[in-house]
Amino acid sequence: MTEFAWKKIGLGTDIPLRGARRLCFGHEGHPIAIFRTGANTYFALIDECPHRAGPLSEGIIAGETVTCPLHNWVIELDSGKAAAPDEGHTRALPVRFEDGEIYVGLPVRETV
Amino acid sequence: MNMIADSREHLIVIGNGMAGMRTVEELLKLGGAARYRITVFGAEPHVNYNRIMLSSVLAGDKTVDDIVINSREWYMENGITLMTGDAVKSIDCEARIVTTANGHVAQYDRLLIATGSRPLAPPIPGLNLPGVCAFRDIADVDKMLEAARTRKRAVVIGGGLLGLEAAWGLKQRCMSVALVHLMPTLMERQLDAPAGQLLQRDLDRRGIAFFTEGQTEEITGVDRAEGVQLADGRFIPADLVVLAIGIRPNVDVAKSAGLEVNRGIVVADDMRTSDPYIFAVGECVEHRGQVFGLVAPIWDQAKVCAARLAGDADALFESRALSTSLKITGVDLFSAGALTAADESDDEITLRDDNRGMYKKVVLRDGKLVGAVLYGDVGDGQWYLQLMREKTDVSALRDRLVFGRAIAEAGSAATGPDIASIPDDTQICGCNGVSKGSIVCAIKEKNLGTLSEIRAHTKASASCGQCTGLVEALLAHATGVVSEKKVPAICECTTAGHDEIRQTIIARHLKSMEAVRHAFEWKKPEGCHKCRPALNYYLLCAWPGEYVDDSRSRFVNERLHANIQKDGTYSVVPRMWGGVTTPAELHAIASVAEKFSIPTVKVTGGQRIDLLGVKKEDLPAVWSDLGKAGLVSGHAYAKGLRTVKTCVGSEWCRFGTQDSTGLGIKLEKMCWGSWTPHKVKFAVSGCPRNCAEATIKDMGIVCVEAGYDILVGGNGGIDVRVTDPLTRVATEEEVMEYAGAFMQIYREEAHYLERTAPWIARVGIDYVKKRLVDDDEGRRALCARFLYSQRFAQADPWAERARGADAHEFARMPEVV
Ligand code: SRM
Ligand SMILES: Cc1cc2nc3c(=O)[nH]c(=O)nc-3n(C[C@H](O)[C@H](O)[C@H](O)COP(=O)(O)OP(=O)(O)OC[C@H]3O[C@@H](n4cnc5c(N)ncnc54)[C@H](O)[C@@H]3O)c2cc1C
Ligand code: SF4
Ligand code: FES
Repeated sequence: MTEFAWKKIGLGTDIPLRGARRLCFGHEGHPIAIFRTGANTYFALIDECPHRAGPLSEGIIAGETVTCPLHNWVIELDSGKAAAPDEGHTRALPVRFEDGEIYVGLPVRETV
Repeated sequence: MNMIADSREHLIVIGNGMAGMRTVEELLKLGGAARYRITVFGAEPHVNYNRIMLSSVLAGDKTVDDIVINSREWYMENGITLMTGDAVKSIDCEARIVTTANGHVAQYDRLLIATGSRPLAPPIPGLNLPGVCAFRDIADVDKMLEAARTRKRAVVIGGGLLGLEAAWGLKQRCMSVALVHLMPTLMERQLDAPAGQLLQRDLDRRGIAFFTEGQTEEITGVDRAEGVQLADGRFIPADLVVLAIGIRPNVDVAKSAGLEVNRGIVVADDMRTSDPYIFAVGECVEHRGQVFGLVAPIWDQAKVCAARLAGDADALFESRALSTSLKITGVDLFSAGALTAADESDDEITLRDDNRGMYKKVVLRDGKLVGAVLYGDVGDGQWYLQLMREKTDVSALRDRLVFGRAIAEAGSAATGPDIASIPDDTQICGCNGVSKGSIVCAIKEKNLGTLSEIRAHTKASASCGQCTGLVEALLAHATGVVSEKKVPAICECTTAGHDEIRQTIIARHLKSMEAVRHAFEWKKPEGCHKCRPALNYYLLCAWPGEYVDDSRSRFVNERLHANIQKDGTYSVVPRMWGGVTTPAELHAIASVAEKFSIPTVKVTGGQRIDLLGVKKEDLPAVWSDLGKAGLVSGHAYAKGLRTVKTCVGSEWCRFGTQDSTGLGIKLEKMCWGSWTPHKVKFAVSGCPRNCAEATIKDMGIVCVEAGYDILVGGNGGIDVRVTDPLTRVATEEEVMEYAGAFMQIYREEAHYLERTAPWIARVGIDYVKKRLVDDDEGRRALCARFLYSQRFAQADPWAERARGADAHEFARMPEVV
C-alpha cells in the first residue's frame, strides 16, 4: 500500500489543452509535470524521460502520449512507460480533480 | 646452366609484361614445363609487375615492391630464363631466330609476342622537353614522383582512365594539378555525359582544375617544360606535363618480321599470328578487328594461348562484354557496353539523385541489357555485366532493373546474392554503427516489415539516411517482398502523402487540422508528433491571416522561441541583421549575460552571438532587456529564415563589386519571421571570391560587375550540396523579387522538413527556372503572395512574450495553500 500526501496546485485551466507544466516542487529531487490531454484528462509524471532525462513537459501531446523533445521517445501518460520499441519508464503519480482544481499525490510511505 | 642436353621444345616470350607472364603461368599449370624450356626477354629492367597498380604507387597507396607479381626466385624455381633490360630487335621467321638489342641470338620452336602497347604521342612541339612523360611503366612513375618532390605544378593531358588516375595520384602527392581534355566531358568513351559531368564535379571538388574542350597546341619551355599552350589561347603553367591521351599496340618487331599487322598484330581465335609457330597475346594484338586495353579479356587470351601451346586443339578466344571502373579512392563508377540508345527502338532508363551524387543508366535492346553506366553506387555493376554477357531476357525486370538487383529480383524467388554475400558483421549504418547481422536479426526476431520499423528498432538509416537503399534491400532480401513503390505517407496515422494533403487543403478549403484528419480518415484522432507540426505548417501557409497557429503542434523550440539544450536550459540568439552589429547591441548582450549569469557566450556559425544555458523562467526577462536595445529574435530555432550571411562588399573590400552587406540586410528584413518547410539560410558575397559561402546556402547571391548571380538549393550540413545557378539579374530590386518568389514557391511546394537542397534535387532546377525565370508574371505573383503572408508573420515573438504572452509557458505551477 502506498499512502499519498495530496497537494493542491491550482486550476485545471492553468494548463493549456494538450499542454503540460512543471511544478514548483518535486519528489525526492525529481521534477514533476502535470499534463492535460485534448480530452481534458490530467496526468502527472516525474518529468524525466527514461531515455536521457529529457523534460517530457516540453513534448508534443497526442492522445494519451507525450513525445519527448530531445530524441522523440513516445511515453504513455497513464503509466509513464515508453512505447515499443523503446524500453523504460518514468514514475506516474496520481491526480485528483475537484471543483476545477487539481491535486497531485506524492507518495509518503510505501509498504509492500 | 643445364649441362644435360635438353630435349624440350624452346618457347621464347617477347615481353615480360602482364599478358606474356600470365600465359606462362597458365602454361605451367597445364604441365607445360614438361614440354617447353622457356626464355623470357623483357625490355624493362624489372621483373614482372602489376602495371594496373602503378596508379596506386603514384598515389602513395603502394610501393613498387608491393606490386611485383613474380620475383626472380619464381623464375628460377620454374626453370625460366629471364633476360631483363634486353629488347628483342628482330625475328627471323624462316630460321626461327630472335636477336636482341644486346646482340643475344636465340632459336625458338614456339614464339610468343606480348609486347603490349606504347603511349600515343601526337606531333606536339615540345614533347621531348625534360619534364614531359607518359604514364605507362615504372620509369614514368619515377619521373613523376621526382617532379612531385621538387616541383609544384602538373598538367595532365587526357581525361580518360589513365589521365584521371595520373591527375589524382599527383594531387595526392600535393602538386597543383590541371587536366586538359579534348572533349567536353571526361571518359567520354566509357561514360555518358551526365555521368562524366558528375565525375568532373567530384574531382573538381577535390581540387583538380579542368580544361575541357582543350586542344593542346604546344608544350612550351626552353630547357624543360614550362607550360601547356592550348589552341584557344588558354595557357597553363606547368613544371611537369603528363601525356595520357591513349595507347597504340606495340607492333614494331612483328611488323618487320613480316607478320600480318593492322592496328595490332592480327591473331585468329586460337591466338596464332599469320605464322603458325608464332602466337601473340595482350595489348599488342588485334582480334577480329578489335584491340584491347584492359586486362579482363587479356586473361582470357592467356588461357586460350596456354591451352594451345599445351596441345589443346579446341581452345578458342571469344571477346566478351567488358566493364570499366576507376581506381580513385571515393569515386565509384562502372560502365559496360552501350552508353546510350543507338536508335528509337532502344530503351534508356535512368535514375538520378544529385543530392547523393548518384546516377544509374541501363540501355535495353530487344528485351536484353546492352549497356549500363553507374556513378556513385556501383554495387550492381557485376550483376549488370553478367546479364549482358549471358544475354538474359530482362523484359520482366524492365521497370525495376535500374534500381539494382535486390529490388529487381526481389519479387521472384531468387533474391540477390549481392545482399546475401555481404558478411554479417559488415556495418550498414555508419551513423549508428548497425551491422547487417543485427538488422537481419531484428527483422526476423521482431517480425519487422517496414523501413520505419527497422529504423525504430535498430536505428539503422535513422540518421543521415544514406544507407536507406541498402536497408531496404536487406528488408527485401530477408522477407522476400519488396515494398510497393508508392508515395511515402506523411506519417503512420494515414496513407496520404504530403503533396496530396497540400493539394486537398486548398481544393477543399480545409482550414483546421481536424478537417484534414477527417477528410483523410486519420487513424489517430489527434495525430502524432510527426503529422501535427506538418499539418499546422501546411494550414499556416495555405491560409495566411486566417489560420491560427497551434502552439501545441509545435516542437518545443518553436513554441518557446528558444533552442532547448541537452540539460533542459535554453539558448538565445538575437538577430544581427546581415551579421552587422553596434557597440550598443554588444553592450546590451554583455549586460544581459552578466545580469542573468549566462554561462556561455559564443559566436555562431551564422555570424551572430549565442547566449547558451539560459533558464527557462528567465527567458522573458532576458528578451525584455535585449528588446530595449532593439534586439529581436534571430529565429535560430525556427523552420523559417535563419541567417543572411554577408561579406563586407564594395563598402570596404578592394574587390567588392556591389554592396553585399546592404543587400543582405534588405533580404533579411524582407524575409524574417516567415515559416517555411525547413530552415532557410541566405548569403550574399560581394564578388566571386565568395567569402560569405553563398554557394552552399538555400539561396546565395554572388555579386559581379554586371549585377547579381542568384544561386539556389545549396546546403552545408550532412549532405553538402553546391547551389544550382538560377539566373543573373542587374538590380537589387530584381534580387528581392526573386528572393520573395523563391521563398514562396519553396513554402508552397516543398514537403515539411524538406530543405531546399533535397527539394530541388527532387523537382529539378529546370522546374524552378521554369517557374521563376521563364514566367515573369508567375514570379511576381509568387513574390506578392510571400509579401502578403509576411504581413501576418513579422511580429517579434520575443517582444510579445516579454510583454506577457504565453506566460504559463515560462512559470512553474506553485503549491496552492
Ligand atoms: C548555434 C549553431 C552552432 C554554433 O555554435 O555555431 C548551431 C546549432 C545547432 N544546429 Fe546547426 N547551428 C549553427 C549553424 C549551422 C550551420 C552553418 C550556417 O548556418 O552557415 C549549418 C550548415 C549549413 C546549413 O544548414 O546548410 C548547420 C547545420 C545544421 C543541421 C544540418 C542541416 C542539414 O540540412 O543537413 C542541423 C540538423 C537539423 O536542422 O535537422 C542543425 C541543427 C542544429 C541544432 C538546432 C541542433 C538541435 O536540434 O538542437 C543546434 C542548436 C543549438 C542551439 O541551441 O543553439 N544544424 N548549423 C549555429 C547557429 C547559427 C545561427 O546563428 O543561427
Ligand atoms: C597506369 C595504368 C593503369 C591501368 N589500370 C588498369 C585497370 O584499372 N584495369 C585494367 O583492366 N587495365 C588497366 N591498365 C591496362 C593494363 O595494365 C594493360 O592492359 C596490361 O598491362 C596489358 O598487358 P600486356 O602484357 O599486353 O602489356 P604490358 O603489361 O605493357 O607488357 C608489355 C611488356 O613488353 C615489353 N616489351 C615491349 N616490346 C618489347 C620488346 N621488343 N622486347 C622485349 N620486351 C618488350 C614492355 O617493356 C612491357 O614490359 C592500366 C595501365 C596503366 C599503364
Ligand atoms: S554540429 Fe550543430 S548539431 Fe552537431 S553538436 Fe555542433 S551545434 Fe550541435
Ligand atoms: S531524453 Fe527523451 S528521448 Fe532522449
